[in-house]
Amino acid sequence: MPVSVIKDFIEKSRLKSPWLVHFDCGSCNGCDIEVLACLTPLYDVERFGILNIGNPKHADMLLVTGTVNHRNKKVLKNLYDQMPHPKVVLALGACGTSGGVFREAYNVVGGVDKVIPVDVYVPGCAVKPEAIIDGVVTALGRLAEKRAEASASAKE
Amino acid sequence: MAKMTLPFGPQHPVLPEPIHLSLTVEDEIVTQAIPALGYVHRGLEKLVDIRDFNQMVQIVERVCGICSKIHAMCYVQGLEELMKVDVPPRAKYLRVMWSELHRIHSHLLWLGLFADAFGMESLFMQCWRIREKIMDINEATTGARVIVSVNVVGGLRCDVDDTQTRWILSELDEVEREVRRLESTFVNDYTIKKRTCGIGVLSAEKALELGAAGPTLRGSGVAQDMRQLKYAAFDSIDFEPVTALDGDSYSRMKVRYYETLQSIDLVRQAIAKMPDGDIAVKVKGRPEGEILSRVEQPRGELFYYIKGNGTKYLDRVRIRTPTFANIPPLAAMLPGIELADVPIVVLSIDPCISCTER
Amino acid sequence: MSIETIPAALDTIVGEVVKMKAQEARFLTMTAVSLDEKTTELLYTFDQDLVMTHYRLTVPKDTHVPSISPVYFAAFLVENEICDQFGVVFDGLVLDFGGKLYLDEEAQRTPFCKFAVTRKEKA
Ligand code: SF4
Repeated sequence: MPVSVIKDFIEKSRLKSPWLVHFDCGSCNGCDIEVLACLTPLYDVERFGILNIGNPKHADMLLVTGTVNHRNKKVLKNLYDQMPHPKVVLALGACGTSGGVFREAYNVVGGVDKVIPVDVYVPGCAVKPEAIIDGVVTALGRLAEKRAEASASAKE
Repeated sequence: MAKMTLPFGPQHPVLPEPIHLSLTVEDEIVTQAIPALGYVHRGLEKLVDIRDFNQMVQIVERVCGICSKIHAMCYVQGLEELMKVDVPPRAKYLRVMWSELHRIHSHLLWLGLFADAFGMESLFMQCWRIREKIMDINEATTGARVIVSVNVVGGLRCDVDDTQTRWILSELDEVEREVRRLESTFVNDYTIKKRTCGIGVLSAEKALELGAAGPTLRGSGVAQDMRQLKYAAFDSIDFEPVTALDGDSYSRMKVRYYETLQSIDLVRQAIAKMPDGDIAVKVKGRPEGEILSRVEQPRGELFYYIKGNGTKYLDRVRIRTPTFANIPPLAAMLPGIELADVPIVVLSIDPCISCTER
Repeated sequence: MSIETIPAALDTIVGEVVKMKAQEARFLTMTAVSLDEKTTELLYTFDQDLVMTHYRLTVPKDTHVPSISPVYFAAFLVENEICDQFGVVFDGLVLDFGGKLYLDEEAQRTPFCKFAVTRKEKA
């Protein structure tokens, strides 16, 4: 098989079956349990090929819930840096997008975008599983764009 | 073999939340465990300075998304006592109903996570599937799945009607049937017993001395439950704390399993005994003085200290959550067990880190 | 309205706590309240068969308070928290996080004090 066919295949499967890693960054758990609920029988994102894995080095997408504080921002940055290119980041919940009700608390830095670039914002407190799935689908579009950009710049 | 110090967490596959434990191990046996916190600390107790006492209800709900209703209940009950507000009886029964629904969903969530920790993935899926029924009830009656936000100072913000209660009862019958079907697995399964019996033992004396709370305490045979304080409508509801005697992970799991069934019964009682009437009264005045309030959360006893100064901003709100009380017992349970059992023992106290650190 | 408390002093508090332990009371928690710029109030709460007992200790800022964690191990967590948030120093803590239980270097120190004390870096 020529190399290009295999490459095409890999590219396609990355878009068809995104793997995601979830990081709880000082959330109140409300959003976390909704992310978990997405994986369970009622919403079951696995039927779309979406897999939740614990390892950032295998992941295409990073789902972040909760506000960033001074201690976990290093962990978050670390996790982001470990992921292979291209990658997309989803900020979930009012907390992840802006800091939510906690934005004025003393140990809160703010939304996820204060530390790493965010591609998709999913609002809600707590986010509904439907909204999370919708956000992931939107993020897939971003992932395809990023892929195209990367291969275009590689050709040059 | 030489001593080694291993980090456990903050990002660990079995942990839904970041907690860090520094484990000293010798030949795969843990000899010391030191917890390190702070990954979820937000500092929301300090928000009392800029949010008035009514707005604080929404803040304290977001201490923890799993038992948000019960946090708010503890807070408003404290304030109501401080401001001498008489809550209408119907509101009290509704509070019991919603808080017990929260307990059911929290326990099912935990039973699922626990099953996942010893590798039973389909059991995890089953528990979460059953739990979705409770989430549906929450959504249908309050408008939100997780942060239901029904409590206000002086009562509740929404009511349920007869069609809804009938529907809730029929859904609960279904839930009960399904939960009972899991009984033989959770209580009698060989693998589960092998993984949990005799692991992470906490004796009754030790539990009391270390200040354990909730199922961790009751799993050691101490029948103490804050619902015995008869807050809300618990004075007219039949209730006996569930206990188990051995103090190991298996006992703690059994306590939670049977509490799920008990809570279903409590919701039924609350609905059956619920009187008609108003659900809220108008609250006048400002809180002044100090008060303590305690309720039973799914994870144990929740404690609020509230101090008001006669203005609309409170002086201090201090929240002591059950996991905060259960971390010292955890540190005492870990030494002596094998490294591979650490996730099970950590999960067996049902840690809720966002509660602990606030 | 205020809650019923037993007043305690710096040199008697540990003795009282030892007495509570002898009665097999369960240590519930400690609560710190910043009264004004100069004083902090500490509330020690115990529970015995669902009845709570409180000891109230008022200390000026900058005084060291004897730790009760050698008596009740469970107290180490809350004492560290108070140390973080109010800057109260406890002597004889069994596990001392040195004011860094929750807060990292960049964060504001002792946020709950009426006037926050900031640690000065040496130039
Ligand atoms: S957005 Fe709401 S539910 Fe989600 S973590 Fe923040 S407070 Fe909790």
